[in-house]
Order: sequence, then structure tokens, then C-alpha cells
Amino acid sequence: MATSDLKLLGGWFSPFACRVQIALSIKGLDYENIEENLNPKSDLLLQSNPTYKKIPVLIHGDKTICESAIIVQYIDEVWKNNATSSILPSNAYDKAIARFWVSYIDDKFFNSLRNGLFAQDDESKKKYFDELEEVLLKLEEVFNKLSEGKGFFGGEKIGFIDIALGCYLSWLKVKEKFTGTKMFDEAKNPGLVIWAETFSAHPSVKGILPETDKLVEFAIAMAQRLAAAAAAPPK
Amino acid sequence: MTTNQEEVKLLGATGSPFVCRVQIALKLKEIEYKFVEENLVNKSELLLKYNPIYKKVPVFVHNDKPIIESLVILEYIDEIWKQNPILPSDPYQRSLARFWSKFIDDKIVLASSKSVFTIDEKEREKHIEESTEALQILENELKGKFFGGEEINFVDIAAVFIAFWIPLVQDIADLQLFTDEKFPKLYNWSQEFLNHPVVKQNLPPRDPLFAFFKARYDGLLAASK
Repeated sequence: MATSDLKLLGGWFSPFACRVQIALSIKGLDYENIEENLNPKSDLLLQSNPTYKKIPVLIHGDKTICESAIIVQYIDEVWKNNATSSILPSNAYDKAIARFWVSYIDDKFFNSLRNGLFAQDDESKKKYFDELEEVLLKLEEVFNKLSEGKGFFGGEKIGFIDIALGCYLSWLKVKEKFTGTKMFDEAKNPGLVIWAETFSAHPSVKGILPETDKLVEFAIAMAQRLAAAAAAPPK
Repeated sequence: MTTNQEEVKLLGATGSPFVCRVQIALKLKEIEYKFVEENLVNKSELLLKYNPIYKKVPVFVHNDKPIIESLVILEYIDEIWKQNPILPSDPYQRSLARFWSKFIDDKIVLASSKSVFTIDEKEREKHIEESTEALQILENELKGKFFGGEEINFVDIAAVFIAFWIPLVQDIADLQLFTDEKFPKLYNWSQEFLNHPVVKQNLPPRDPLFAFFKARYDGLLAASK
């Protein structure tokens, strides 16, 4: 369905922008993808997300929607074409469970990964990556329960939790390069290992997740900037 | 209205703003439920069974199926019991309601609590600045009598923390975080909200709660000396 009034302010490196792209792809929607540089932030970004000044922002006609999990739900609710492309489950209880795990991922998973990747000292790094391991054990359990033997957290088809977690796969590959350990331990997270492949191969995901090498370069530059900022004397 | 076959339970603690949110929503929709008062120091087996991840209240249990996280619970309640809706039906308005409720949770709840329960002056100043900035953003956002317009909605219910808890705890540390001079619209809103017939009946008794927080504050002060 061609819609000339859909724009996404995003960034190729942003897992949150990826979420929105995947959702738009699932629904078969056309949109204009606007790459935000963030350095400096564009007037469009500052106007459309004055509260947080962050990407992604979905612009739909004269409406702006912010926060990736909220945007994905918006897309699912506006374009509820048919059951095969629905992102959230139809049952209210299953929806609540999905919303809970997405909020858990945004809190526990994201913070452990981000803090671990950019920690300044080895002790902090270890602490955060140990936390991440705990989180992954939990998510393995959740995957086994919710997938019911099928490929996705959403069961037979890709769903809200899949998108929320899957958007981080490229960043997990960055962690692999930085630490030398596999993103999912085959012994502890066998389900997630297979899920990662299934997810990445999904037609609505292909081509959206950033290439690992490019992201590694980006992450190194980001780590250097953060280290410099931490070391700089206060102004 | 619940049927005889349905079982609705809320595991909570009197004094929790997150539990209060759920109680307001249930009352607004006239849903009968059983309230189970949890001792948060000595957590029950039931709580640990239903919320092993966070071990917190509220836990909403509908026909033996548990749901956690207050905003997730509110959405669930709204979907199952359609009377007196708390979320708009329009997807864009829903996205705004979700955005502002999350904003309250992410930017106001923790920062304002820390503005009170922090001993270090510099740290405290930082939290006060953050809370003030966030409250100003919300002040600018409020257009009508309630965030929901003429009737309270999802955002109003999420903001119960601002209306009842902030004024209570700021008194303990003698802070002027949330006042009618600083935030006239939001302050007016809080008075309307606290006087709303459904909200009024679901607020915890002020004095015991004040005493509880004062004890915590005094404890912090003592520990820092």
C-alpha cells in the first residue's frame, strides 16, 4: 500500500529505528526513510520530538509518534489489514505478556548491553555482561514458553517481542567482536541461537539490520567519544 | 461488572502509587475484585510465584493469570472491561497517552523521589533540576481540565503519583518541588483529580504514609552522619 505521507526519522545504527522499519515492512508500507546524522540534530528532529530529541520518530501526515515500542503499536493499530500481518497478539492476555517482555527488554537487556559495551573499566564490563547473561537465560525460558516449538516469540509468525529483541542482533554481533565470545551461548541459549537465524532470515527483516563491520566501526568511534568525554575536565 | 465465573485479584500494598493506579481504574469501571495486602518486607509465596522477575506489586490476577507492571495492567483492564474507557479509541491519541504515561514513569517518578531521598546536596540539586524540567514539560502539555479532557484517562491515572505522592514527600524534606506558583495548570489539575469521586475513595490514608516516608528519610539522615 503506497502512502506518500509516511516518513521515518531514523539512523542505520539505531536498533530502535530498525524496529520501526521491520514493522513497516511487515505491513508492506511505503515510506520515506530520513537518515538523521544526530551531530547536529536536525530542525525536523527537534521539532517532531521536542521532549526527547531522539530517533526514531514516525511522521504520519501531520502526526508525529515517538518511542519505538509506541510507534510499533501505532503501526499495528492503524494498519490492522489482516491477521497474517498483525504484530501484537489478538488475545488481551497475550498482548499484556508481550508488552511486559518488551518493557523488560528495553530496561534490563538494553541497559546491560549498552553499559557493558561502553564501560570504561574491566570490572564494570564484567558486571554488566554477567547481568546480560542472566537476562538471556530468562529470555531463553520465555522463548521456549511462548514459541510453543515454533520459530518466533510470537509463535508461528514474527511478533512484538521478536522485533523488540531482534533489532539488537547487530549490536550483539558487535559485542561478539569486542569480547571474543559468541552472542548466544549454545549450551545456555540454544533456543535463542536458532531464533536469531530464523529472525534474521525473515523477509521483513532482511536488509534492515546493519552490517556488523560497519557497526563495529561506528561502535569504536562512539566508545572513543564517550571515553574522551569521561576523561575531559568538567567545564 | 464481573461475572460469577471470573476471579479478579489485585496483590498490592496500601501506599504504593503503582497499586493505586490499578485501584482507580478498577473502581472507574466498577469491577469487583479481591485486594490482597502484601507485606513487602516479608513477601508472600503467592507474590513470588506470580512475579518472580521483579517480586513487586501490583500484580493483577484474572482467572488465575497474572499480569505485572501497572501501565501494562491498565491497558489489559481497559481491553477486557469496555465500560468507562481509559484509553482513547483513536490510535494516534492512544500513542500520545502511552507516550505521556511512560514519560511520567521515566522522567518524573524516580527523579522526584530522589529529590527527597538523597542526602548529598549536589546529587539532590541534580534530581531537583531534572524533576522541575520534566514537570514543566508536563505543565506545557496539559490542555484541559484533565489529560483526558473532561474525564480522567490513562495519563491522569498514571499521574496520581504527582498529585498525591509528590506533595506528601516534598513536605518531609521541606522542598518546594511541586507548587501552584511553579506549575499553576498542573497544580489545578491535581486538585481536580484528587477530588474526583472515584479517585478520592482510592487514595491511601495520608498520615500513616507520611509517617512511613518520614521514618525512611530520618533513617537516611542518621545513616549519613
